[in-house]
Amino acid sequence: MKLPISLDIAKTHMLSRKRQTFVAMMGVTFGIGMFIALVGLMNGLNDLTEELSMSALPDIRIFNDVSTSDQNIIEVMNPDGWNIVHSQKPKNESTKLRNGFQILHFIQQDPRVAGASPLLTSQVFFNYGPVKLNASIMGVDILQEDKLFDLASKMREGNIRDLLTTNDGIILGRNLAKKLNAKPGDRVQISTPEGFTTRLKVVGIVQFGMGAVDDVRSYANLSTVQRIMGRDNRYMTEINVKMKELEAAPAVAREYEKLFGYKAEDWETANATVLVGKIIRNIMSYAVTFTLLLVAGFGIYNILNMTIMNKIKDIAILKATGFNARDIRHIFMTQSLIIGLLGSVLGLMLGYALSLLISRAPLDLGDALATTHFPVNFDITFYVIGIVFGVITTSLAGFLPSRKAGSIDPIEIIRGQ
Amino acid sequence: MKNAILKVSNVNKWFHDPQEFHVLQNINMEAYRGEFLSLVGKSGCGKSTLMYLLSTLDTDYKGEITINDVLVTGKNQNFLSRFRNAHIGFVFQFHYLLPEFSSLENVMIPARRLGKYPFEELEERAYEKLKWLGMADQAKKPANKLSGGQQQRVAIARALINDPDIIMGDEPTGNLDSVNSGIVFDIFKQLTREFNQTIIAVTHDDEFASNTDRVIELQDGHIIGEHINA
Repeated sequence: MKLPISLDIAKTHMLSRKRQTFVAMMGVTFGIGMFIALVGLMNGLNDLTEELSMSALPDIRIFNDVSTSDQNIIEVMNPDGWNIVHSQKPKNESTKLRNGFQILHFIQQDPRVAGASPLLTSQVFFNYGPVKLNASIMGVDILQEDKLFDLASKMREGNIRDLLTTNDGIILGRNLAKKLNAKPGDRVQISTPEGFTTRLKVVGIVQFGMGAVDDVRSYANLSTVQRIMGRDNRYMTEINVKMKELEAAPAVAREYEKLFGYKAEDWETANATVLVGKIIRNIMSYAVTFTLLLVAGFGIYNILNMTIMNKIKDIAILKATGFNARDIRHIFMTQSLIIGLLGSVLGLMLGYALSLLISRAPLDLGDALATTHFPVNFDITFYVIGIVFGVITTSLAGFLPSRKAGSIDPIEIIRGQ
Repeated sequence: MKNAILKVSNVNKWFHDPQEFHVLQNINMEAYRGEFLSLVGKSGCGKSTLMYLLSTLDTDYKGEITINDVLVTGKNQNFLSRFRNAHIGFVFQFHYLLPEFSSLENVMIPARRLGKYPFEELEERAYEKLKWLGMADQAKKPANKLSGGQQQRVAIARALINDPDIIMGDEPTGNLDSVNSGIVFDIFKQLTREFNQTIIAVTHDDEFASNTDRVIELQDGHIIGEHINA
């Protein structure tokens, strides 16, 4: 089967100026290649930070938010007076969740919820010789907590069940354990801000992969922490909730807030910085790609204009012998689309190769983030976006020159000779 | 029996740029099937302008032009390009061959646009035309590797490929030496005699004109005379 004449001419134009065609194509290739590599890396990073922070944080956190009331009593009593109150302090309010276990039970029955776990957190000092390390101890129902955060898989040493069988056991975050030079079986001494001191037995070491978490977190049984803090066995300060669908978290959080009268914070609100980072990284990669493709587009625009200038006599005779404006436009649009399509496909391959290289490159962030290689996202969606991007830019770049070629008046060219 | 293939009635044309200029005034003429007609006149008399009107390339005029009983005046560009493709062949002073294509491919271009025959048959027909013009051995050569006379013959083959009603020539021998001019002239003559083809050629070559069937002379936008050569 022979190509239609317009395509045949387009092909001949391109082949007769192989180098320019190649350069134009490379412009698109680099644009798309960089897009794939960039967006893959950026999204890989997004995924990693999101996954790590997700794995350490609940979808919804219900707690008693200690806050200073906006209105003070004197203003209520004497609304028309001239009241000056400086440095208002909150009253001595317990951060306890009242009826915590009933609330917990209620939430666990909610079909939208994957799991809920009670929590009692306290600031503690780990006494390590003369040094006091500031950290937090989280009193939990370790089996519920495991259901929420898959703790078992994050245990570097020991087993979460050991905590159940040990009366005064503690699981240390990896970096904390490192600082304390503690191994399972060792005992660590802790003291609370209230002055209570006790010794706990290390039963395991857990690693979330984020330095900020691994530095300061430790787990103990709820009852252990209640004892340390001198509280009764109904005392808890937080309920962590994991949703079946993460997207539902903000709505459910607001619902719980109304229902229980306690602050319910969803993951998105608590981690706005992570999301902002993600958005900024996305904007960056699209901006860079847009710039690269713009440059590539100008390259194509230029090359088509040059071809049209060179081929203006050909265009004139084609129009004289029966080609209409549309046929001529097709000749040049075809060239631009072929450059765009081939360039984009090559770009996808280049991008994939770059992504592979990047994903093999070792990355050691120390204890800040537990990763050995650059994280790269190979999502096929980006490849589709890449090729659509490439073809759209090149067709835009080809549009004006093609239209110009289509509107060439053959008489002007032929008589001008 | 004279059979008019082209009729021109009351055609007037103005150039607007750089200033208003009445370039063709009340042109009335006819061309007949199988006739070799030449348009002559001094430079600037409007003969080329008239030819571009006749060939439908220029549509900016008053009056009416009918080709092969089709009124081409006022038709849109798409219709006109299809019409030119099927009914009009062009031979210009310069050959306007596509340099990257071979002679044969150049000849085939208008036919492939017309799409009346399958590719293999077109190739055969194009080859026949080249053969008839004595260019069979150059068929596979790129157009830019041919001599001027050969290029003009390929251009004629291209003009003939769709068996047009009329062949329009704008100084078709203007860029050729006397030997090649003679060859091209003989080809045109033969076309009119053997194939009953109509040829309208603009020329300022008096010898060329005096050997055509009929000469129409223009001056300052008017037809000032015509004479039939014996």
